[in-house]
Amino acid sequence: MTFSPAVRVGATVACDTLREALRGRLSWLLVALGAGGFALSAFLGALALTDTRETQAALLAALLRLACAGIVAVFVVASIVREAHDKQTEMLLALPAGRAAWLLGRLAGFALLAVLVALPAGLLAGALAAPAQAMLWSAGLVCELWIVAVFAAFCALGLGHAAPALCATGGFYLLARSAAVLQWLAHDAAQRAPDASQRFIAAGADAVAFLLPRLDSFARAEWLLYGTGTAADLAGVLAQSAIFLTLLTAACLVDLHRRRF
Amino acid sequence: MTSTRPVPRAVALTLAAALVAQVSWHALHPLTSAAAVALPAAPPMAVLRLASLGENEALAKLLLLSLAAHDGQAGAALSLRALDYDRVVGWLERAVTLDPRARAPLAAASEVYAAVPDAARVRVMLAFVERQFAADPARRWPWLAQAALVARHRLHDLPLARRYARELRLRAPGAPPWARQMEAFVLEEMDEREAARAVIGALLDSGQITDPNELRFLARRLEGMQEEMRQPPRRTEPAAQSPPGL
Repeated sequence: MTFSPAVRVGATVACDTLREALRGRLSWLLVALGAGGFALSAFLGALALTDTRETQAALLAALLRLACAGIVAVFVVASIVREAHDKQTEMLLALPAGRAAWLLGRLAGFALLAVLVALPAGLLAGALAAPAQAMLWSAGLVCELWIVAVFAAFCALGLGHAAPALCATGGFYLLARSAAVLQWLAHDAAQRAPDASQRFIAAGADAVAFLLPRLDSFARAEWLLYGTGTAADLAGVLAQSAIFLTLLTAACLVDLHRRRF
Repeated sequence: MTSTRPVPRAVALTLAAALVAQVSWHALHPLTSAAAVALPAAPPMAVLRLASLGENEALAKLLLLSLAAHDGQAGAALSLRALDYDRVVGWLERAVTLDPRARAPLAAASEVYAAVPDAARVRVMLAFVERQFAADPARRWPWLAQAALVARHRLHDLPLARRYARELRLRAPGAPPWARQMEAFVLEEMDEREAARAVIGALLDSGQITDPNELRFLARRLEGMQEEMRQPPRRTEPAAQSPPGL
């Protein structure tokens, strides 16, 4: 079975991306994440008067989500910025496979990295919740991390420096997690005081919410607590991820193709 | 193997001296005990929803843990009396609104905050439990049963206990027979410890409580009551002087 040069280059870039992350002490970080999560879970269990397992699951899941998103964003931004500063990007883009193969290879590598990062979180969730619900939560977390990874790559490619790229990714993540609440607050205010400014704010909140993925619905703690996750939830997460990842990848490709090195 | 260069002696000495200075500094400045801080008003619901980033259940648990941290500042009995109970209710209501299926806010209200040796504060907590029961009787009946018991034996307010017991009978058809029969149970002149022992025993036997911490807590209380029942009987004290608990 033979693959086209573009596929071979993409696969090599993906493997190199993963290898780079593992050589950058990622495995130690994941062990620390798992151990820290376990210790925190035991501590919370000792503090709670009742609802012990629920308290452990809810707080641990929320913290692990944030920690995993942070780890993925930092690794992606650091990797792309370092490669750009070392002029490796120019060298790789000069290969006959083309820019798209390089970009898709990088993104595939980041996707594998996100799965690795989500693994300890999923195992801890499995220890505190029903296996099916923990798997659903883990699938939602992986999709969320894929979106964070691709958005971080987009920012790092476009901005070229680590600090602004990380700030932009952090802002995007917080906004995507809270866009639904902002929308609700804006509409609530517009209903109570229906003047032009409130309507304008509500329209603005709608626009922001429509442009962003609803990350708050991706890995919900209530699935772990009350077993409310269903196949429909998973389908919604997968569909939203597919749409937004396609949008972000296309944006990255446009940015990469129009750039002169 | 990676080759290393020797560190200049001055650098090594500076490092050691700095380490000694750091440890000495902390040894000479022990951590002062934090002063008890008054419980602030619960944040507005909109702010909490925004801060939760969609993790309403996690934030509800965090609110309860931070509330518990306030009443653990200076010894449970003292700090419960010092707490502003209207504010406590505000925090508990926020937690219930964020996570309506949680048991902890109602358990805290009926088992912890209602244990304060102050009848007015106990009534504030019981009113909170009654309001929350009305919103979801099928799930929240155990805490109204607890409230009925507190009203009967700690507040000595028979009409209030009867009202709670009647609500249980009328609005919680899914509750087990012992809870639905509590109205009659309250009306009988039964010894306080005997009643409490019966209800806690029934709660444990029903299998409805599965949380290990709560099971241990109730089992310890049941054991304590059985121990007390072996002692010679004593007259029930009024609410203002009676010890915390049932």
